[in-house]
Parts: sequence; structure tokens; C-alpha cells
Amino acid sequence: MNHESLAIVLFLLFVGATLFLTIRASRQTKDAADFYAGGRSFSAAQNGLAIGGDYMSAASFLGIAGIIALSGYDGFLYSIGFLVAWLVALLLVAELMRNSGKYTMADVLAFRMRPLPVRTAAGVSTIVVSIFYLLAQMVGAGALVALLFGLTSEAAKALTIVGVGILMIVYVVVGGMKGTTWVQIVKAVLLMGGATLITLLVLGKYGFNVSSLLGDAAAQSGKGDAFLEPGLKYGTDAQGIAGKLDLISLGLALVLGTAGLPHILIRFYTVPTARDARKSVLWGIGIIGIFYLLTLILGFGAAALVGSKTIAESNPAGNTAAPLLAERIGELIFGSVGGTILLAFIAAVAFATILAVVAGLTLASSSSVAHDLYAHVIKKGKATEQDEVRVAKISAFVIGAVAIVLGIFAQRLNVAFLVALAFAVAASGNLPAILYSLFWKRFNTAGAVASIYGGLGSAVLLVFFSPVVSGKGVDASGKSLSLFPASVDFSWFPLENPGLVSIPLGFLFGYLGTILSKEHRESKFAEMEVRSLTGLGAEQANPH
Amino acid sequence: MSTAPEGFSVYEEVRATPEFARLRHKFRAFVFPLTVAFLAWYLLYVVMSGFARDFMAIQLVGTINVALVFGLLQFVSTFGIAYFYARYAGAQLDPIAEDIRAKAEAR
Repeated sequence: MNHESLAIVLFLLFVGATLFLTIRASRQTKDAADFYAGGRSFSAAQNGLAIGGDYMSAASFLGIAGIIALSGYDGFLYSIGFLVAWLVALLLVAELMRNSGKYTMADVLAFRMRPLPVRTAAGVSTIVVSIFYLLAQMVGAGALVALLFGLTSEAAKALTIVGVGILMIVYVVVGGMKGTTWVQIVKAVLLMGGATLITLLVLGKYGFNVSSLLGDAAAQSGKGDAFLEPGLKYGTDAQGIAGKLDLISLGLALVLGTAGLPHILIRFYTVPTARDARKSVLWGIGIIGIFYLLTLILGFGAAALVGSKTIAESNPAGNTAAPLLAERIGELIFGSVGGTILLAFIAAVAFATILAVVAGLTLASSSSVAHDLYAHVIKKGKATEQDEVRVAKISAFVIGAVAIVLGIFAQRLNVAFLVALAFAVAASGNLPAILYSLFWKRFNTAGAVASIYGGLGSAVLLVFFSPVVSGKGVDASGKSLSLFPASVDFSWFPLENPGLVSIPLGFLFGYLGTILSKEHRESKFAEMEVRSLTGLGAEQANPH
Repeated sequence: MSTAPEGFSVYEEVRATPEFARLRHKFRAFVFPLTVAFLAWYLLYVVMSGFARDFMAIQLVGTINVALVFGLLQFVSTFGIAYFYARYAGAQLDPIAEDIRAKAEAR
């Protein structure tokens, strides 16, 4: 049996197991709280695993290991930003959000505001962030199938994207939050297991001497000690001061974006109390932190044992570093059969990873369409629960279809760019509004709307006029490094990451919008503050 | 669904009690300085990765350099702060919050 068919068998086993769990979950999904929030009855440990499952995307598993394998230390900067970001969620957002919200991010933002404009704005930004993120995963799935199975035709990529899209729609429509959470849990366990296994084998090969592994990686990379230091990818000397500011801009978006990602925020609603929300974030931090330490070894291990040159030849972005390492270490230790088995296992895990993340994103965006835009904006809060859930399921179909079509056409887009943009929008548009809502008494409707549209708009506009979209020049083979052909250049913003400017702008818009409006919402702040800090009047878990 | 009393008069009353003021103070006095501290510590790391490369490149043991140790310390501090906050919240915040909630719900 070759690795392709073995990987397909393993992946089908994953699909079969998760579909079984999803169907079982659907029998326990009776009301809206079940569909949107899993009945708020998951334990802290279960939700912590699911947080890991939602967060550890293919971009972080394949992407970070790949950046480390090709550019060395700089990939580690991503891991650190992604991890530290969880402290913002833990200290400022998770518990307060669990106590004051119900199903979506907008519940907290609209709590003491005029619901129509705020729900609309929050719904728009939820969909924008989720679609960027969703596209990144879809594009990643197409690229992965090409690399792992040698299927490079456009038709094979398109077929993969359609398959992934259909499965994610099934998980969300059939299982709702309960089904999706179980998919995340299974995926998190598999991913952690796979990454731990490969890491232990790599470390064992080096007698658990990290220093000699790093030395080998540096030597094999052809870049020497510079491979173990920051600066090969971000803020290189050739890019000058703009490159270094770009690095800081990226760092800011990573650390402030997480607590504004809608598919992460709705995870806090799936546990019975704020205390469980806190504990689940602790579980999440533990799992995600260990995972990023594992990817550090995976990345350097791939550089040392596979070699940066071989990896770059397989995929210029390095996305195949982890699977190639699995094959190599398997061969080194167990012979060629071992290599085939490990490669197939890691390939199947990578697909499971993509599938779970896209399901989480589809759920977050369809929940927002149904609960925010349909129930509160269109029906003015008069929709029945059954109606809402029905609309959520229809939205999941529509969003899934849109993601499939965009995913097929977006094959050429750079995955890392899409993820970075999603984080920048979340940090600039969502986080200021969330923090002001929770902590600033004077904050009002105009402020909330201004900070969401202002932050979102400035992040997207700055990227549009950045070198990412036009004017970056050409690579060695004469291909444009920007989205547009090299002959077009309308860029004037020097940074590729907008966060350094757009995040302060988001906060500024929220502040100005508030004080320039005469609306006063202080009276409702008492309810928000007491409820968020004590849980008085917070949504209860469904009884069993 | 919610078992708490409806209408915000209850919330206004609770908010005016010294107990609630104490809870809010204990929460904010812990969480706000800690947030500023870990963000500053993280930004120091990012800025030094961009602007203090010679220092980051100093090798400490074998091939292990300052950059790697600084990065790993971010992991240690993140785990530490998370644990520290959870202990504080469990011991100092949860009892007050539960007390306030129980009293308000008993009315």
C-alpha cells in the first residue's frame, strides 16, 4: 500500500468517526442554545481541547513548521504572538463575555446599545473575518492535496475544495455547536498525538540534545548561525526600517487579534459558567503552548533531516515540511514502511485539521447571520427559536457554497497573507469595540459602530494600498510578488501588515464616535458590569 | 433560562453596594497592571527581534542563543501568568462574586 491510499483510508476513518459523533450530537440538539452554544454543557477540559482544535489551523501546523524549516527562527515569532494573545482573552474577555453574552460576539457589543446598527456592524465584521480565514484554509487544502498526492491539476484541487466544503456544511448543519465541538476535540487529540510522536522521534535521533539538533539545522540550511537568529524573513537588512516596522505591526496584530476572532469568542458560550470559561482557556493555553513548542522542533528537525533545499523544491512556502519530516524520520528509524505510514498519518491529520477549522468558521459566521442579521436586524427580535436555527442552517449552506467558489478562484492567493489580514481586521475592528463595551461606561452606539467599521475599513484599505496588492516588484523568475501584475503599482502604504496603524485607528474611531455623539448609555452599564463580573442573570446551561 | 431577577433596578442596587465595589476593584487592580506588563514584555521581545539583533544572536550554551531563550521565556511567562491569574481569581474573586449573586438571587 502506498502513502496516498493509506492516508485516504486514515482520513476516511476520521471522517467516519466525526460523522458518527455529529449524528449523535444532532439527537441531543433540541433548541437554539444547543445549536449555537452546545447547550452550554461542555466541560472546561472538553472546551479547552476544542479551543485548541479551533485555533491550531493548517496555517499554524504546516505554515509555521514550514517557515521555521525555510527561514529558521522567524517562524517562531508567529508562535509566540499566537500564544501570548491568549492572555488578552483570559484576563480581559473570556469570563466577562460568557456572563454577558448569549450566542454571538454581537450579543456583548449590542448589550447596552441600539441593537440595529451595532448588530449589523458586528455581523458584517464577523462574516468578513471568517471568510478571510475560511479562504486561507480552503486554499491550503487545495495546495495540500496537490503536494501530498501529486495531484497538481486544477480539477483535483477544485474537487478537494468541494469535498472539504461539503463535509464542513454537513458538520455544521447536522451537528451544530455540539457536533462541531466534538470534531474539534477529536482533531486536537490527533494533531497533538501526531506532533508529539514526530517530535519525540526527532529528539530521540539527536539523543535529546537540542543544541546539536539546532546546529545540524543551521548547517543543513546553508545559512549558518543566522538561521537560528531573527531576521531572515521579517525585517531583513535589505528591507530597511520599513521591514522592521512591519515586523512590529505583525506582532501587534497577532497578539491583539485572537481575542477578536468570532469563532474563538463563541467557544466561551459552550460551558456552564464563567469559571469554566476561565478553566477552558487555561486548558487551551496549555495545549496551544505545547503545540507551538512541538512545531519549533518539527521545523528545525525538517531543516536538519530533510534539508531546506528539498523542502523549498517541494513547496516554495515550506508547507510540506512537516509531512516530509514525518516520512524521513520514519524511514530513518523504522525503514521505508515506517516512512510511508508516518507520512500518511500526518497527511491525514493535516486534512482533519483543515476540516475542523473550516467547520468552526462556518458555524461562527452562520450563527451571526441567523442570530444577529436575521433575528435582530430583519425580524427586530421577533423570530422564533426554530426559525433562527432554520436560518442558521440555510446560512451555513450559503456561506459554505460561497467559500467553495471563492476557494477555487483564490488558489493563487498567499495563505499567510489571508490569515494575517483576518487577524488584523479582528484586532482593529472587533477588539476595540469589545473592550470599550466591557470597560468604558460612556461608550455608546455611535462609538461601537465607528470602531467596528473604522477599524475594519482601515485594515482592509491599508492592505489594498500596500505592497501585498501592488508594487512589490518581481522575483528571480520575473513573476510579480504582489497580487497585481508587476506593471501596475498604486501602493503608497509601505507596510505589508496594517496593524500598527489600523489598531490604534480602531480605538481612536471608537473614542471619537462616542464623545462626538450625544447619546448616553450609562444606565445600562450597571447591568452589564454587574452581570459580567458576578454572573448575575447570565445564561444558564441546558439541563440534561 | 435565567433565574435572576429581571429589570435593571436590581443591577443598579448591586452596583452601589460596597461588596461589588470591592470585587470590581480587586478585579481591575489585578488584571489591568498585569495586562500592561505582559504586553510590554511581549513588545520588548518583538522590538528586540527587529532592532537588537546582535544581542539576540549571542550564543549562551552551544548553539542556543539569546533569541531562543527570550522566546522560550515568553512561553514560561504566559504559562505563569495564566496560572497566577487562575489562582487569584479562584481565591479572591469567585467567593465575592458568588456571595453577591446568591444574595441578589435570594431576594
